Amino acid sequence: MKLRTFLLGLLVLLVLGLACWQVLASLRYQWNWAGIWEQREIMLRGWGLTILISLGALLGTLVFGLILAIGQETKEPVTRAICRGYVELIRGTPLLTQLLLGYYVIAAAFHLDNKIIAGILLLTAFEAAYMAEILRGGVASIERSQWDAARALGLDRRQTWRFVILPQALRRVLPGMAGQCASLVKDSSLLSVIGIAEFAKQTDVAVSSTSSPLEGYLPMAIGYLALTLPLSWLARKLEQKWKVA
Amino acid sequence: MESGMKIEVQSLVKTYASQRALDGLSLSLPPGTRCLALIGPSGGGKSTLLRHLGGLELPDSGSIEVNGNPLSTNEIELRSYRRKNGFLFQGYNLFPHLTARQNIILPLVQVHGKSMVEAEDLAATKLARFGLAGHAEKLPVQLSGGQQQRVALIRALVSSPELLFLDEPTAALDPEMTVEVLELVRELILGGQDVILCTHEMGFARAVADVIAFVAAGKISESAPPEALFNSPRNPDVARFLSRVLEFR
Repeated sequence: MKLRTFLLGLLVLLVLGLACWQVLASLRYQWNWAGIWEQREIMLRGWGLTILISLGALLGTLVFGLILAIGQETKEPVTRAICRGYVELIRGTPLLTQLLLGYYVIAAAFHLDNKIIAGILLLTAFEAAYMAEILRGGVASIERSQWDAARALGLDRRQTWRFVILPQALRRVLPGMAGQCASLVKDSSLLSVIGIAEFAKQTDVAVSSTSSPLEGYLPMAIGYLALTLPLSWLARKLEQKWKVA
Repeated sequence: MESGMKIEVQSLVKTYASQRALDGLSLSLPPGTRCLALIGPSGGGKSTLLRHLGGLELPDSGSIEVNGNPLSTNEIELRSYRRKNGFLFQGYNLFPHLTARQNIILPLVQVHGKSMVEAEDLAATKLARFGLAGHAEKLPVQLSGGQQQRVALIRALVSSPELLFLDEPTAALDPEMTVEVLELVRELILGGQDVILCTHEMGFARAVADVIAFVAAGKISESAPPEALFNSPRNPDVARFLSRVLEFR
């Protein structure tokens, strides 16, 4: 059975490879790996910045997303309305629009000149709205009886969230959260529009100076995969570890 | 201190959506009552009454007085009332992400201010006494229903509650496990624990309760000591109910 799966996979790869080769052949593509190798430092620096921005925004997204999720579940109507409205506003507009407005209007108004920090904040503001919805779904899936038990034992609201609701909710939404983290890494490529020298932007720079697009964009795809695949691997590991609960 | 509990319920009303769960219910217990059993048809309001007595629900109107203190409507005061008491649910309601031991320790440390060492000690003692010593590190899903309910019972008991509320504690258990849990509850009552329970186990209610209150349509139809209620019910609805549920006994 295993051998069959392996052979089938090999066959699929072969067919796909042939198809790609056919496409490239019809383009009469002239490979120029030497040119892009010259530009490797530019691309690597961009990749490093993408990692930095992603890590910063990831941390911000987890914190801000959690605040938005809990904010939507509070009994206090004003807080609830603000959090709800924020999530709807962000999810209803394109990231591109938010980045342009956020950078050229809001960040400018606050005299925030550091592009990297502005980029991290803008990305956080966007991703947190989605993260909040994922977390809220997890919280909503916790049975009423769990709240009841916590109340009966005399836990206060903060203790109930911390010891009873969140640990269970997080376990349930972990795959969704990991997916959102991978999205965050990929979404960071849009920060090129406000002139941040992240991976996608730097790849563009390298490609245009060597006019060898495939030699640039293929490593770019691999560079993003190298960041997103470990995230889904980690999520799967954690999921297995917490399966019983 | 005078033995037994004092409960005074005055014209309690509670409406959910359009359903009137409690319809001006009043109840007063004779002095010296140690165990009150609420019986009656499903949907009659006995669980709702128990949740009100346990401070888990607020009535639309009416009042409850427990041991001389009126129950507050303020969440913080109500919380300290709940902290003094224990509540056991029909579906156990253990925290599924915590082991049996952790389920017991959590309220001891977080609510009752015990040190980790004290809490571990207490949990280990109770687990051993309830025949669960080998199951301390298991998650609820790894335990049988009866074992889960016993863990939940320890969790409710371990802080020495003034009152112990049991909401149909055996309704989700098979007959063998039912006996296993009921025996523990009877032991507790004999040991001096004040208990209010609602149950479908007529034999058990009769054996352990000092007062049985029949709850139907959001009111108390009749409340009396078990012998009087079972042998010569005054209310015709109670008589009809008892003759039907006891038909196959």
